[in-house]
Amino acid sequence: MSNPQLVMYDEEFQEINDVIGRLLKEANAKVIFLVDKNGQLISGVGETERFDTTSLASLTAGNIAATGGLAKLIGEKEFSILFHEGEKDNLHISIVGGRVILVVLFDNRSSLGLVRLRVKKSSEELSTIFEKLMKKSEEREKRGSSEFPFAEITDDDIDNLFS
Amino acid sequence: MSFINYASREINCKIVYYGPGLCGKTTNLQFVYQKTAPDAKGKMISLATETERTLFFDFLPLSLGEIRGFKTRFHLYTVPGQVFYDASRKLILKGVDGVVFVADSQEERIDANIESLENLRINLKEQGYDLDKLPYIVQYNKRDLPNVMSVEELRRELNPTNVPEFEACATTGEGVFETLKAVAKLILIDLKKGK
Repeated sequence: MSNPQLVMYDEEFQEINDVIGRLLKEANAKVIFLVDKNGQLISGVGETERFDTTSLASLTAGNIAATGGLAKLIGEKEFSILFHEGEKDNLHISIVGGRVILVVLFDNRSSLGLVRLRVKKSSEELSTIFEKLMKKSEEREKRGSSEFPFAEITDDDIDNLFS
Repeated sequence: MSFINYASREINCKIVYYGPGLCGKTTNLQFVYQKTAPDAKGKMISLATETERTLFFDFLPLSLGEIRGFKTRFHLYTVPGQVFYDASRKLILKGVDGVVFVADSQEERIDANIESLENLRINLKEQGYDLDKLPYIVQYNKRDLPNVMSVEELRRELNPTNVPEFEACATTGEGVFETLKAVAKLILIDLKKGK
């Protein structure tokens, strides 16, 4: 495997939600999402029910992947911040800790400057949490996958999914 | 790679449909979308040109149900099959958990199939994957057409390692769910091993 598997535990999930919840208030944003670079939604706060979060996550990751490809073509490592300006709503997309994508949706009650400023601070906090998370899952993996919920599944469990 | 979320008790996996242009990757996803209950699927997204050729990818999220209290979700992606979209194809393979190679059974497409399969191997290798170690299924599509090669011939050219294979006609849906179930099952068995 080229990358370690992403595993999320309750403790870190709570910490992450605290950070993006705070960012939501401080940046006056409407919605904030955290997305894995492979397109999996990690978490979201704010008016999430108004949006198709799964599609949003997948397209955001595709967007980051495509601009990442562009960056490499011109000799850059990546474009770490993307900004999409709409008539009413705007998207601020940034890469956190080289691994996850932070998406901030905001309207004219906020501003790009404010969002950038607050995102910067929150990104550092999020990076620390994700580093901790990676270490934790690596350690657990070394100790053996006894806690892994799929270790005990049977072929019948799998077959039942398709019945 | 799959994403395991203990907080929301979910497991997310990514399946990529690969194959030459016009082999029926998007049609596979469209059939799955049409035949899946509304509560088990999300919106299907197609980033396509005006002539309905895939430009970047198609995306379809599915939830299969629970295993031991964990919701299993599969994200289905297709790649753009046309040769010159190679840069986009590489991006979509990132984080893949299982691959379906959709082959076009028509005689005149055998070279395109072989080229696409080689391209799959190369692009996976660039991302650090080995096709022989990934959950991987071959689908021989368009079996309803008159000018198709026999499955034996196709197998010799496209499936030398004897991975699970299915005959299909994606427009009528024949073989589509069999293919999807087989790859999903291989992925879950892989997860069970705790990779």
